[in-house]
Amino acid sequence: MTALVVQGLSKSFGGLRVTANVSLTVAPGERRLIIGPNGAGKTTLFNLITGNITPDSGSISLFGRDITRVPSHRRPHLGLARTYQIITLFPHDTILRNVTLALLGLLPLRWNPLVDLDRKEAIVARAREALARVGLDNIAERPLSQTSYGERRRVEIAMALAQNPKVLLLDEPYAGLSIDERQDVQKLLEKIPRDVTIVMIEHNMDVALDFADRITLLHFGEVIVEGTRAEVVADPRTREVYLGD
Amino acid sequence: MSGNRFRSVGVAIALVLLATLPLWVGNSYYINVASQILLFAVFALALNVLVGYAGLVSLGHAGLFAIAGYAAALMLQAGYGHLAADTAAVVITLAASAIFAVLALRSTGIGFLMITLALGQIIWGIAYRWASLTNGDNGINVATRPAPFGINLTGAPGFYFATLLVFLLALASMAVFVRSPFGASLRGTRDQPLRMNALGYNVWLIRFFAVLFSGFWTAVSGLLFIYYNQFISPQVAALTTSAEILLMVISGGTATLLGPVVGAAIVVVMKNVVSAYIERWNLVLGVIFVLIISFMPDGLVPGSVRLWRWGWQTVRARLDGWISSPVEEHGR
Repeated sequence: MTALVVQGLSKSFGGLRVTANVSLTVAPGERRLIIGPNGAGKTTLFNLITGNITPDSGSISLFGRDITRVPSHRRPHLGLARTYQIITLFPHDTILRNVTLALLGLLPLRWNPLVDLDRKEAIVARAREALARVGLDNIAERPLSQTSYGERRRVEIAMALAQNPKVLLLDEPYAGLSIDERQDVQKLLEKIPRDVTIVMIEHNMDVALDFADRITLLHFGEVIVEGTRAEVVADPRTREVYLGD
Repeated sequence: MSGNRFRSVGVAIALVLLATLPLWVGNSYYINVASQILLFAVFALALNVLVGYAGLVSLGHAGLFAIAGYAAALMLQAGYGHLAADTAAVVITLAASAIFAVLALRSTGIGFLMITLALGQIIWGIAYRWASLTNGDNGINVATRPAPFGINLTGAPGFYFATLLVFLLALASMAVFVRSPFGASLRGTRDQPLRMNALGYNVWLIRFFAVLFSGFWTAVSGLLFIYYNQFISPQVAALTTSAEILLMVISGGTATLLGPVVGAAIVVVMKNVVSAYIERWNLVLGVIFVLIISFMPDGLVPGSVRLWRWGWQTVRARLDGWISSPVEEHGR
């Protein structure tokens, strides 16, 4: 059984090929790192996997189920969660409400127009638990607008983890963080149990190297190198992409 | 807790004032003005569901309002009873709302606004031009007001109480909706549609239901309107009506419960009361809107709340200063 299989995925915007015949196979529990320079098509690949963009050709399957044609809003219900490189949270709400919304997204309760959400104590308690996992339970009631950038990064991750995903897509979780904050996030990610498969995008190779079981190097929308950490680091093509000729 | 108690006392006072209004107003002209405020408040609350909580600005709601009015008026004219006519009007308006939604929700922002504007203009065109159905510019008379449970609504106080009851129901439904999980979902689609989608929400369907919810109360306010005037003409469906309701929502404060009510009160009072004294009341209304947008850009209700808090804090700081300074001197 594989967690995530991407086969021959292609996508062009006009004449620009942003994803060119990409194939990936990620095993359950694996930590896969996707690296590549700016504009390599890393985020586009995530958008294709989550269904925000429809591929021109190719297929995507999640634990053996073909999800290529599954609407994007159904995919989280099948165990797929993601975070965003550019922080995408609810600015008018508290941290707690942000995470509550993440939990609510998978429950039929989200359609209920008659009950008071704040009185649904079970779901609010679960949101607190999720915040405790990222060490933010002490400021749960704080409005998002009064939090630091590093805290928002952790809210991003808390929201994805709250959904108990089987496959978690992390889009540059270290982007814009200070060294201290980065270490906090690093510890957080290391704590995630192995029943969650993680695919992480990172622009800067050194940051996330230790985390990865296997690494895929993308360049101009194509898979250039794929292998274990040592293989990819040693490969001359990696050096070529990152250091130029 | 004191804030909550403050609020409960405020709500209780407002309810008592509203429930006894015909007693202390007396004059049936002003009771009728109050009825108008309440029925337009229901309309503004309905529009606020989209403008405030869904972030979708509609300029076609007068079309839906008129569909409800015309449907009921035509059925009454054809000899159906009030219950049948009103029920059918609500159902037809909901169907029209669904069509509006399917067409307009292909886009958001300016796109949504333009499509709803176009749809509203189509309804206006039909009301104006399809004279064999709508009697064109001459409009349709509504001969009688209903008498639910034998209660006579012919007089101003009777109609006022019926309108008040409907208004309170509308307001209560909004209060419940805002706090509900669905209300939270809708606001989420306003603030971060992309993230909502990635969290497993069907953004389109949530917006669709919001349009229906808004359409329902628009239909109810349309029915109140034709029973109040006992007449409907194409003027009701015109763009100016849509714009006026939108101004009520924006001036009072979008995404607040009371904002649309306050906005409705301002516009109706201007139209009916101030216009008797000042010929160019439209100019006055325009100046008021400009002042609101300049000094309280998020609307009168949020703006007044902020002003109140600021004033209260200033007063308290002064009081603290007065109380603590002699103590300090004593300490020295």
